[in-house]
Amino acid sequence: MNPIKKLFDNIHPYVEEGGKFHAFRSLVDGFETFAFVPNTTSRVGSVNIHDAIDSKRIMSLVVIALLPALFFGMYNVGYQNALATGHLADATFWGMFWYGFLAVLPKIIVSYVVGLGIEFVVAQWKNEEIQEGFLVSGIIIPMIVPVTCPLWMLAIAVAFSVILAKEIFGGTGMNIFNPALITRAFLFFSYPSAMTGDATVWVSQDTIFGLGYKAADAYTAATPLGEAAQAGFTGFAPETIENAITGLIPGCIGETSVIAIALGGLLLLWTGVASWKTMLSVFVGGAATGYLMQALGLTNILWYEHLVLGGFAFGAVFMATDPVTSARTECGKYVYGLLIGFIAVLVRVLNPGYPEGMMLAILLMNLFASLIDYCFVQSNINMRAKRATLK
Amino acid sequence: MAKVIKLRKGLDINLKGKATRETLTVGCPGEYALVPDDFHGVKPKVVVKEGDAVKAGDALFVDKLHPEVKFVSPVSGTVSQVERGDRRKLLSIRVKADGKQEARQFDTKGDVKALMLESGLFAFLRQRPYDVVANPEDMPKAIFVSAFNSMPLAQDFEYVLQGQEAEFQAGLSALAKLARVYLGVSAKQTAKALTEAKDCEVNIFDGPAPAGNVGVQINHVNPVNKGELVWTMGAEEVIFLGRLVKTGKVDFTHTIALAGSEVKEPKYYKVKVGQKLTTLLNEKLKIKNEKSDEGSVRIINGNVMTGLKTTAEGFLGAHATEVNVIPEGDHADEMLGWIMPRFNTFSTHRSYFSWLFGKKKEYVIDARIKGGERHMIMSGEYDKVFPMDIYAGYLVKAIIAGDIDRQEALGIYEVAPEDFAIAEFVDSSKLELQRIVREGLDILRKENA
Repeated sequence: MNPIKKLFDNIHPYVEEGGKFHAFRSLVDGFETFAFVPNTTSRVGSVNIHDAIDSKRIMSLVVIALLPALFFGMYNVGYQNALATGHLADATFWGMFWYGFLAVLPKIIVSYVVGLGIEFVVAQWKNEEIQEGFLVSGIIIPMIVPVTCPLWMLAIAVAFSVILAKEIFGGTGMNIFNPALITRAFLFFSYPSAMTGDATVWVSQDTIFGLGYKAADAYTAATPLGEAAQAGFTGFAPETIENAITGLIPGCIGETSVIAIALGGLLLLWTGVASWKTMLSVFVGGAATGYLMQALGLTNILWYEHLVLGGFAFGAVFMATDPVTSARTECGKYVYGLLIGFIAVLVRVLNPGYPEGMMLAILLMNLFASLIDYCFVQSNINMRAKRATLK
Repeated sequence: MAKVIKLRKGLDINLKGKATRETLTVGCPGEYALVPDDFHGVKPKVVVKEGDAVKAGDALFVDKLHPEVKFVSPVSGTVSQVERGDRRKLLSIRVKADGKQEARQFDTKGDVKALMLESGLFAFLRQRPYDVVANPEDMPKAIFVSAFNSMPLAQDFEYVLQGQEAEFQAGLSALAKLARVYLGVSAKQTAKALTEAKDCEVNIFDGPAPAGNVGVQINHVNPVNKGELVWTMGAEEVIFLGRLVKTGKVDFTHTIALAGSEVKEPKYYKVKVGQKLTTLLNEKLKIKNEKSDEGSVRIINGNVMTGLKTTAEGFLGAHATEVNVIPEGDHADEMLGWIMPRFNTFSTHRSYFSWLFGKKKEYVIDARIKGGERHMIMSGEYDKVFPMDIYAGYLVKAIIAGDIDRQEALGIYEVAPEDFAIAEFVDSSKLELQRIVREGLDILRKENA
């Protein structure tokens, strides 16, 4: 018998009902189901064989899809630090990457410890299995905050969103809003200066364990979208857009590189974890609205610039496609996606106070997703009712 | 020319151990049993005592609410046991066969319905909504028969039909006296007895499983609306009816497939309804002791997708057209399943690699659920394999929530648990859809009674 399996078998009596360490049942359970595919077989009266796919594998895939953007984000944190302090010429690739790695890692740890800690407690309390949903949220959250976001703020925001946006609704699969976006919205409205503020938040300005460089004065670097929101903006220089595609611009940790996001997006589409209908519609909606706004003379940002700047691509690929909070009917996904693209660009162009609109657009459409579905399901119901009366 | 209905949604699961086209006969002595649970929705009332002598065609139990619906002995012999469980629930009535094959003679000249009721054939009719035994007082708008089963490891009815074409046609013609009959034929079936069957409307279905489910066929041909009802009958049961009409005797002999990866030589066997499985399985399984810890097997009374787990001591189900045997898999101890490539694992999901090996590769799938039960997370999983114009996910949610009005609106009257079998297979949240639907239908039936 496998020694690890034996170890779990030995632990079992202690954590079962009435055992000494019963309080750790959910924890042991969680680790065991990750170590081994459960040997439980189907009950009498249900289907005898099952597809090998389960939510663990699906959630792990999303995490893998996020890795390119995360690793690039780490590199970019170091790159922006070197750029701001004027040391770009003597900075090495690995130096910049390790600097960013050390800057981002604490955020990932805090996010997972706080979020998974709450999940374990709730699972123990409700006598359920651990749900895997937070594996994804826990890695998305550090990627959608500025690099200078204090850890205590992150911890409070994660706790708020896991408890109030997810667990009180019944856990993964029952939540109305995307927990990662609720974390960001909480930070944004509670600590606005730390999230956009005076444009000092986007670039890490200090050394970490001797890596990186210290800025002499407080360095301000606005995101390109922030620049565009200021008065007298006439349009982006071509290299800004090039940098936005490769990702070498200031911004939230994981959202800057369109190329890295596209790699993850392709994996999600190929495996069918994310719906191509939702993803495509978000881009189409955003592009069409951007084109319209520019044609009406309301903005100097071109339609394709909207798609590559800020959190648009990241939101479209990883957040709008969250199966739980997005529309569930196949036709509804088109409407849902188009409206996200539309609202995101609308907020960017027409709202002078806040240059980014993706977060609010997705959260708003999370709220309306069930209404969209309702309309499509209702049409099926009406068809059936009509068929019955025609006879 | 019959109408061809093309179905795109669904999934063919290619399992190892398909039955080869060869039929063997299993000797008939031994014990037979009629299990009331095979006839869903019936409150059984026993009409024989232990020790009574019965002929094939004599009633063993009747429905308490409709005593004219009789459930008859498949063989002649003596009643050896009336088995009861908790709260005196009737589990089975066993008959020890005497090997004489004496059958009661029925008068075939009169009304078909009366003949079917008296001879126990009516008990094989199922009604939709609710997927229960039909009520003789009802007038169905149609009777549906599916001539094929598209599920993995299923019996090939076209093969079984060979030599029994006349009986099959006689059965269809008898049913046609009750209501309009629709016959669903697969695009792969070419037998004239099917494609040119008389006294019925033939529809050809072209598509993956569950195209052979009679529920799918009803939905596409003549859907059930609220207040309407249709009856359904298995294709082999139509042959039983044909024999009865022709000879005046019941003969529940049928040819079932013994298939699955754990069967030594998967073949067809001539058996009778209610036959003890030991007579069939004797020495034919790869593992002798199915109770041993490692590598035990699961014997399924019926199809791998819809049948019930049983033991070698069990009895062949009334509606079973195959017995499938697969590995139980409860000692597999597969490590790190969430990330390993698992090349030999079948999945519809692209994160596994079965898409790489094409549709010809045969898989051994064991009975593990392979994941924990979760809330419904992914969307559209069911719809991909559910070829009806019903929002399957929303219907399941309405059933879980107990919202009867919404269940009705979403089309619960058109479905049976078996229609959800493939959706249950692909579900990444591992919900027990067939059980959920069965319970939902039972509650709804009680509420509407």
